[in-house]
Amino acid sequence: MSKERIQISEALYDIMPSDYQDLVKSATYGKEDRGWKDIGTSKELIEQHSLCAGCPESMAFRYILASLPNPEDTVMVGSTGCTSLVFPMVAVHNIHSLFGNQNAIASGLKRALSVRFPGRVKDVVVLAGDGATVDIGLDMTLQAWFRQEKFTTICFDNELYANTGGQESGLMQKGFVAKMAPVGKLFDKVRLPEIARESGCHYVVNCTVSKPSLVEKVIRNAVHVAREIGPTYLQLYTPCILEIGKNSMEGLQEMRDSEKPTERFAYKEYISEPAKQLLAELAAKDKERKAAAKQLAGQASA
Amino acid sequence: MADTHSVIGTKNKKGQTYTDTWKMMNEAPRTPSFFTGSEVIKEAIRRASCDVMIAYPITPQSEAAALIGELFAEGYIGDYFRGESEFAVMSQCAGASFGGARVFTTTAGPGTMRAMENFPMWAGARLPIQMIVTCRGINSPLSIQPDTLEIAYLLNTGMLVWHAETAQDFFDWILKGYIVSEEPDVHLPLALCCDGFFVTHTKDVVNLTPADMCLPPYDPYRSPVPCMDMECPPVRMMRDPFVMKSNYISYATHASWQQEIWAAVERSRKHTIHWLNGLVDTENTDADIVIVASGTAVSQGREAIRMLEDEGVRCGLVKVKALRPWPEEEIREATKNAKHIFVPEFNVTGWLAKEIRATVPNHQRVHAGPHVCGGMTMPPEIIVSEIKTTLGMKTFSLAGRGS
Repeated sequence: MSKERIQISEALYDIMPSDYQDLVKSATYGKEDRGWKDIGTSKELIEQHSLCAGCPESMAFRYILASLPNPEDTVMVGSTGCTSLVFPMVAVHNIHSLFGNQNAIASGLKRALSVRFPGRVKDVVVLAGDGATVDIGLDMTLQAWFRQEKFTTICFDNELYANTGGQESGLMQKGFVAKMAPVGKLFDKVRLPEIARESGCHYVVNCTVSKPSLVEKVIRNAVHVAREIGPTYLQLYTPCILEIGKNSMEGLQEMRDSEKPTERFAYKEYISEPAKQLLAELAAKDKERKAAAKQLAGQASA
Repeated sequence: MADTHSVIGTKNKKGQTYTDTWKMMNEAPRTPSFFTGSEVIKEAIRRASCDVMIAYPITPQSEAAALIGELFAEGYIGDYFRGESEFAVMSQCAGASFGGARVFTTTAGPGTMRAMENFPMWAGARLPIQMIVTCRGINSPLSIQPDTLEIAYLLNTGMLVWHAETAQDFFDWILKGYIVSEEPDVHLPLALCCDGFFVTHTKDVVNLTPADMCLPPYDPYRSPVPCMDMECPPVRMMRDPFVMKSNYISYATHASWQQEIWAAVERSRKHTIHWLNGLVDTENTDADIVIVASGTAVSQGREAIRMLEDEGVRCGLVKVKALRPWPEEEIREATKNAKHIFVPEFNVTGWLAKEIRATVPNHQRVHAGPHVCGGMTMPPEIIVSEIKTTLGMKTFSLAGRGS
């Protein structure tokens, strides 16, 4: 589909909220090569949100929603935390139910959609914080991967519980002094990317959201691999500037500092053999499509 | 969008005919069959047009949960898998229901307690999931024996709660339960409870509907809230998230939604009365003594009444079928002539007696007992003894009491 499912009855058009009218006029549902470059020239699938000024999580949300390959048939699953303040503003069906059960919800959801819409693509994407993914929900995160559930898990890693005021989390760095870690965290940052690989994920990336083009690439790859092969995991650094004592304009630099080759968010990826093959096929098709478009454009101008 | 009426008379992939539920339950021929309660659950689900069932082993529901797996292997259910814990399973059920599936699951005792956080969420999200609860002990030290204490915890979740006495109740109510649960003005989950082992593991003659008839499929677009399948994409769900705004509008939203859930429980009353032929069954309620019970305590009460009749004591009976919605008017009416109301229960706290005390005038008439718990059986003799003692009649001595 493109936008036929969100058309507004003519009789009601003028009384619908302007953000709805804008979605119908210029959102990128159905656009084949949608991506971060659409931001600023089309209606985004996220409205104004209530995150802190300069929060890297808001950047991540915008890039991800711009990059989902198939938002018109994507259902997102969230969890409790800062992300749950944003999801109500998102023009993609999304579920919040409890704290930490996001991968269980997504397992049931994906299976229900497969039963109800055989032969049609319905992508499921989980997006939750590190507390939800690694602490309270770890059991369900891992079990969904063991079962090879075909959806993408995105963890917004801000290395603490931000929404409750900056408490220690499993993804916090060792030694960091925080609430509930009064003498500094006593154990290492949980190595979930490695655990994800060992648990059966076919595409795993650990990075920051400093580069929108990179976010676009990993989101597209993760969703395509999950759709065709099996579970995928993205761990994205979205620092909580408030809780690490940074100013609104310092989030980007914090991410850049943390992604240097020796730092904990240096780009790391794992791709299983079947996923490599799929991504190569998709890249070849993409190249073909672009060449054909170029040729067509050349003919038109000739 | 699917119209359930249009599929009546057509066949599913297993060759079963989608049948008008009233006709299937009330007019179609019935075949007497000698089955355990677990097998009866399987036979009901065979006819229930379920999309997704999620299983987890815990005594005494494991057999039923595994038998549903056989139905999946035979092609009667869209998808089936074993979850990792009851908390996860109930969330997986929620996910499937959010996605528009008709969902079935079973649990018991500690599993019910482990999953508890999900139940108010199910109700709040208006998910018409059906959960069989084969009650067992939840106390420590570990017990797997029959005990109905867990029902008390379900009563304030916003779920519909029914308590089956027999395997026949179970068979009929599983099928009827989906119809009540999925009504657009209800659209709430149903906890269909029974007393573990007594119902699940004993064999009984159950009259089954024809195996080639099944319920019309669930139509998720009759839900009062959107189905999360992106078939009708949202703009945005709300301008401000209500979750942690400390303002009047936020409080008012939560308050009105909670009230709406309980209003939906109330609205289920008329459908439940229609399908279960009343929220209670009554016998001889003109008697001075009335036994009010739910689950297998009803069977024991019935036997006690027969024994008392032999001694010239006339007793009435109220079988409480639905606990939510609560049959307040029905119980008041049925007990208005009673001088004594006895409430035999298979749990230590006597939650049903408390509910009845809060319902009837002159509540000193309510005798909370006899109670048994921890897997103890309830011989009708102890009900007889309780009644006779209250009436000042001579009764037999119970062994070990020293009386």
